[in-house]
Amino acid sequence: MQITGAQALIKSLEQVGVDTIFGLPGGAILPVYDPLIDSSIRHILVRHEQGAGHMAEGYALATGKPGVAMVTSGPGATNIVTPIANAYMDSTPLVVITGQVPTANIGTDAFQECDITGITMGITKHNFLVTSAHEIPRAVAAAFHIATTGRPGPVLVDVPKDVSQGTMTWWWPESLDDLDLPGYHPTSEIDDADITAAAQLIAEAQRPLLYIGGGALKSHASRELVAFAEKTNMPVVTTLMARGAFPDSHPQHLGMPGMHGMYAAVTAMQQSDLLIALGARFDDRVTGRLDGFAPHAKVIHVDIDAAEFNKIRHADVSIRSDVRSAIVALDAVVTTTPNYATWWSDLHQWRAAHPLTYDTPDSDGPLRPQAVIEAIAAAASPGTIVTAGVGQHQMWAAQHWSYEEPGTWINSGGAGTMGFGVPAAIGAKVGRPDRTVWCIDGDGCFQMTAQELVTARAEGIPIKVAILNNAYLGMVRQWQEMFYDERYSEVYLSPDLPDYVKWAEAMGCVGLRAETPEQMEKVIAEANLVNDVPVVIDFRTDAREKVFPMVPAGATNDDIVVHPSQRGEK
Amino acid sequence: MAAPEPFTGATSHSPVQHHILSVLVENKAGVLARVAGLFARRGFNIYSLAVAPADDHQRFSRITIVVDAESAPLEQIKGQLNKLVNVVDIKDLAPRESLERELLLATVPVSDTTRTVVMDAVAQANAAIVDVGSESVTIMLASTPIACDALERRLESFAHVELHRTGRVALPRLSSH
Ligand SMILES: Cc1ncc(C[n+]2csc(CCOP(=O)(O)OP(=O)(O)O)c2C)c(N)n1
Ligand SMILES: [Mg+2]
Repeated sequence: MQITGAQALIKSLEQVGVDTIFGLPGGAILPVYDPLIDSSIRHILVRHEQGAGHMAEGYALATGKPGVAMVTSGPGATNIVTPIANAYMDSTPLVVITGQVPTANIGTDAFQECDITGITMGITKHNFLVTSAHEIPRAVAAAFHIATTGRPGPVLVDVPKDVSQGTMTWWWPESLDDLDLPGYHPTSEIDDADITAAAQLIAEAQRPLLYIGGGALKSHASRELVAFAEKTNMPVVTTLMARGAFPDSHPQHLGMPGMHGMYAAVTAMQQSDLLIALGARFDDRVTGRLDGFAPHAKVIHVDIDAAEFNKIRHADVSIRSDVRSAIVALDAVVTTTPNYATWWSDLHQWRAAHPLTYDTPDSDGPLRPQAVIEAIAAAASPGTIVTAGVGQHQMWAAQHWSYEEPGTWINSGGAGTMGFGVPAAIGAKVGRPDRTVWCIDGDGCFQMTAQELVTARAEGIPIKVAILNNAYLGMVRQWQEMFYDERYSEVYLSPDLPDYVKWAEAMGCVGLRAETPEQMEKVIAEANLVNDVPVVIDFRTDAREKVFPMVPAGATNDDIVVHPSQRGEK
Repeated sequence: MAAPEPFTGATSHSPVQHHILSVLVENKAGVLARVAGLFARRGFNIYSLAVAPADDHQRFSRITIVVDAESAPLEQIKGQLNKLVNVVDIKDLAPRESLERELLLATVPVSDTTRTVVMDAVAQANAAIVDVGSESVTIMLASTPIACDALERRLESFAHVELHRTGRVALPRLSSH
């Protein structure tokens, strides 16, 4: 059957099971938008291509399926570079289809030409420039295979206009051999010797710690992880990328480690004699100053990406595997059940001495941001998905919400992309329409991508957005207060400009505002009653509030700064 | 059994620890940019790089990269290279256990007074004259990087020399196994 390249592209996307594309058309991708009309695939028309990329990421993180975005050449393609970089840093499976100028015009500075495969070379797992209509099925199948296997990541497929307009005889790569990827070997068998060596280190350890990273979520390892942790009675920490991989309510969970981690989690890493890193990569936000990080610990490092071994921290045993398979293999050989009584007594003491805390809000406002998050959480149904922007609000959302299952916490970790929250929430809601989705956003972040609420309203995607409006680029303000002698440089935003309620209403959303604890409870209840359109709440929070604990940049984890009210006891 | 050559510095000016990676890649557009870009991005230093079609020249090319092993641990360089989808195989050739060869071409001006000195240099280096003009000659040397270094240093004493080197290719020594 002869069909056009554009038809082959849509058919290929259907073939790999795509149900939703986030995108925005333009000249070079026009041919592909025509057969889309006749396809079962849902297309969500965004207002800015950055929105399409983050929506696809939110969709992927909420469902575990790859997210798909489609944009035109030139500025359409460059507008989606930030989400691609974001997905690369967080290993999120993403397939981005870009239109390109016709093959004959490539290299001539043609209208809306840009070398997007060159631009994204360092921020994609791989990318393709498709050179003939016949190659489209192979490129699409290979893109999804690469994006979703091994360490997941973004893959870009650049399709010149003459290729999508050309014709081909339909075919579909039936086997991996047909994908023609002789250099791609995403997985390997676990080496039994590594498991034996790891079991030996575990048997010798007095103060072991399960250091859980995002790889545990990617490999759906939560059930096996809980079983292994309970069998061994080891304490657990979950990084910013792993929140939800191990239930927060579990008594063995010490919380999040790192720059704004829980005191007990950070200190456990420092005092541990064996870190069992499962799909974690010793990011600088977790380790603090490296030469003072976990000085007594041996390391068992499990990762699907062998290049992570010994990149930052020497691994005494490295196991190249997905997290779930590695836990299953370890579980089979780890038999003894030491109770780690001394270790737990220290951990309990650290936990009791330094719980999360914040000052009680005044009844006439301003609101405490932490209290706002706790109030939203208290009124939320179980399984609610939370997304966040980047800044103080993100850290409070990671700290003050209890994540009980995988896929309920969605944020921008490695890249720290402001503006991620709203579009990611839209994507998550599209992927999981059965769930309530709250975006905990900052006022600065909201202003970067808020226009996608127009998309949400137009497409009937009822998300809820809580703006923690402190009138500041708060995280930067916090650093200027603590490390630059309170010299505030270009961080003030104003609480009233823009008027968030009017803005929300102009975008077809319900807009609400709360300045006191009483109003806070009322608007949260009101927001929970709205199920058909997006809701935006402007919470007026205290600008002076800071995120604690904090390991200052350049300091070791031992120099963790706790909340002022706990400083005497340290 | 041939005696291994002494451990050599990678540059003619400052001896550094080097390593040779023989990288088999898919012969596709942009692959060299992917490899070079990876080195630049991750701060790995390339001392020299040579590319040519491999045995099956329709599908594969071989890139011989001499890396400065002090700029990053070799394990990291290999690990990151391996993640490039178009990289099919990486052979790590330790300098002591491999045979390295490089091609040097140099055009040297000659006058009646310098002709014999140049000819001496050619003869001593076991190089060949591959082109002769009225006022200059072109010299070729295909040899070890050390020998190329020595000839290059020798030629530095002449003015207006145009000298090009290819960067080396390498194979494992048969005698080392
Ligand atoms: C795109 C982008 N630009 C700049 C930054 C640097 N940055 C990190 S947090 C932050 C402030 C965020 O402000 P807001 O959204 O109001 O959140 P808050 O910290 O006040 O909760 C800035 C500017 C960033 N992470 N991303
Ligand atoms: Mg703010």
